[in-house]
Amino acid sequence: MPGGVTVSTAETRGIAVARRDWAVGYAMVAPVVLGAVLFVVVPLVMVAWYSLHEWNVLANTFVFVGGENYARMAADPGLHDALLASLWFSVGLVVLNIVLALVLAVLLNQRLPGTTTFRTFFFSPVIVSLVAWTIVWSFLLQPEGGINGFLAQVGVDGPNWLRGEATAMIALIVVQVFKNVGLNMILFLAALQGVPEELQEAARLDGAGAWRRFRSITLPLISPTILLVSIITVVGSLEVFAQIDVLTGGGPGNSTTVLVYYLFQQAFRFNEFGYASALSVLLFVIVLALTLLQWQSRRRWVFREV
Amino acid sequence: MYPRHTSRRAAGIATVLAATLALAACGTATGGAVGEPETPSEPVDLRMTVWTADETQLALFDEIADAYIAENSDLVSSVTFETIPFEDYTTSLTTQLAGGNAPDLAWILESYAPEFVSSGALADLRPVLEGTEGYALDDLLPSSLALWEDGEGLYAYPFSNSPFAMFVNTDQIEAAGQPDPADLVESGEWTFDAARDISAATAAETGKEGLVVRDFDYQIWENLATVWGGWGATPWNEDGTQCTFTEPEMVEAMTWFHDAVFTDDALPGPGTTADFFAGDAAMTVTQISRASSLDDSFGWDVVPLPAGPVGQQNVIGQAGIGVFTAAENPDVAADFLAYFTDSTNAEKLAAYFPPPRQSLLNADTLAEANPKLDGDQLQEVVVDGVQRAVTKPAHRNFAQLEQTVRAELDALWTADADVEAVLADTCAAAQPLLEE
Repeated sequence: MPGGVTVSTAETRGIAVARRDWAVGYAMVAPVVLGAVLFVVVPLVMVAWYSLHEWNVLANTFVFVGGENYARMAADPGLHDALLASLWFSVGLVVLNIVLALVLAVLLNQRLPGTTTFRTFFFSPVIVSLVAWTIVWSFLLQPEGGINGFLAQVGVDGPNWLRGEATAMIALIVVQVFKNVGLNMILFLAALQGVPEELQEAARLDGAGAWRRFRSITLPLISPTILLVSIITVVGSLEVFAQIDVLTGGGPGNSTTVLVYYLFQQAFRFNEFGYASALSVLLFVIVLALTLLQWQSRRRWVFREV
Repeated sequence: MYPRHTSRRAAGIATVLAATLALAACGTATGGAVGEPETPSEPVDLRMTVWTADETQLALFDEIADAYIAENSDLVSSVTFETIPFEDYTTSLTTQLAGGNAPDLAWILESYAPEFVSSGALADLRPVLEGTEGYALDDLLPSSLALWEDGEGLYAYPFSNSPFAMFVNTDQIEAAGQPDPADLVESGEWTFDAARDISAATAAETGKEGLVVRDFDYQIWENLATVWGGWGATPWNEDGTQCTFTEPEMVEAMTWFHDAVFTDDALPGPGTTADFFAGDAAMTVTQISRASSLDDSFGWDVVPLPAGPVGQQNVIGQAGIGVFTAAENPDVAADFLAYFTDSTNAEKLAAYFPPPRQSLLNADTLAEANPKLDGDQLQEVVVDGVQRAVTKPAHRNFAQLEQTVRAELDALWTADADVEAVLADTCAAAQPLLEE
């Protein structure tokens, strides 16, 4: 044959089959890809585009301003307060959530009587509607509400929870922790049950106490789950909105105005959609950075069974 | 050996990107000025956003709309009244605008009137209203139109001029052995101090709450205008450029209020909710249109706002109806608005929404439309109330001011707050926004 590559009949048939497989494969994933494009990629691109504009909905103005929104972020005291509030909230929430979930999982793993009731009790908030949960808590947190009523029984004069800057933040953290701790608890429980009993037995025979065993055997073996839970919880903590809107409205003052709430105010109260879009991009960058940080750190503390 | 797939992968990525850009295309509708509506190719559906969920009121709107559709079946096929909850009304409305889903007509709160009117989002209604036969534009009270005008144009129609009044639970007050507020009005002794004392004593007796400033909740501070009016105080000056929270009148008014809450227990504290219309409070300051919430399960009366040290100041809450230029059929919407608010229909709506029409502002007309209130109540509270009244605070930058002042005033709602210091901080935070 003059020039070209010689291809046998068998190879031609093989290529045709491969092409068909390839086409079928793409057809299978097309719906998911379309969904991801439509609901994730498109909004992301659009928000980045909007962040380069000043967009006042009421006046119907949409003006390209380049990096002006980002420059404004650097000089915005309201944003700095919001970032600080987010830091307090996230740190408080992540620490409390993970520690509590781990403690509960360890307790559940002991298979003491009443385990099922206990597990249901802590898992049910996870599936309850968020707004219903928050509204019930808003009644409990009233100055004459359930919490203070209970404290009065033990002779303690409860504060006006949602009206003090520190107490409002604590209340929000606790409300969110109890909503989600059940999920983390179940994840930890599954991980704990994967720890081989023989290792614990061997350590016990060597004279290791409960705490030593926990620290040196259990924790390293469940460290992959701890990594997963910490990533999920950190990302989730930066997205909390409904509880803040219903319980404190960002107050008292601006003490519970976290970044998400601040961006909601900019967009939907002040009609500054361009600036709010820039804030969304900032939030995205922060979440991405924290996730990558945690992911990269895994080599240092996550135990790999190799 | 299979051929390499890089070209196909590139093609796949390119398809995704193309889809992204295609789907990212968005468009917004733009409208023109309003005038006589041309007959559209097919009758349109109009949508008006409202904040009332009251069944009786909505039924009345539907009745008026049906009559309009009967007369103008070639223009309009249906009118929908969409209820948006009051707490987030303005936010939800602007969200609809942002999403390109502007309603044809919308109610607008007076505090946001300057913002909406100056934004260019609303259509000038004056030509349509002047051009409508029998509308009688000069019947409208000029003072009521002030907030909704910009230069020559009238950008929303103030269909409701609802005076604030004091509803009192006569059953509870009598049970506590307190004087009847109606008697105090007669003898000229109906003051804020008297209201505070009666509320505190009644609350102590019944175990429920005393005086509730409705819709305030320690967040919507502009509703305190009904209280500080008695001291002649305002949050900012006439042209909205200077913060007056630190003026002596305001300091006095806020100190009085703070002490009434934390020292005298005459009002519920922060975080405590009480609904007068459910029988949980001795008295409440709210708009007269709330009379429809009364279910006669307890004895009640309605009296004018009490007098403060400076005198008695009537306060009205206005609501305007505007037509959005961004909507699909502003001409038809304006025509419907002219019908909805003409003399005949204004009389029907007067039951809940006192019109700014001088011919209708008399006790007889209002009494026919509002069976719950008697002639004296209507004369004293509504008719007199609208005449000498001021509106609640409004400003072209109200959204930001509202939020900033709210955050600053949060420091005031504790027992040991330093009123003067908090108000000084409030002015410091608000002044830049007033000057914007």
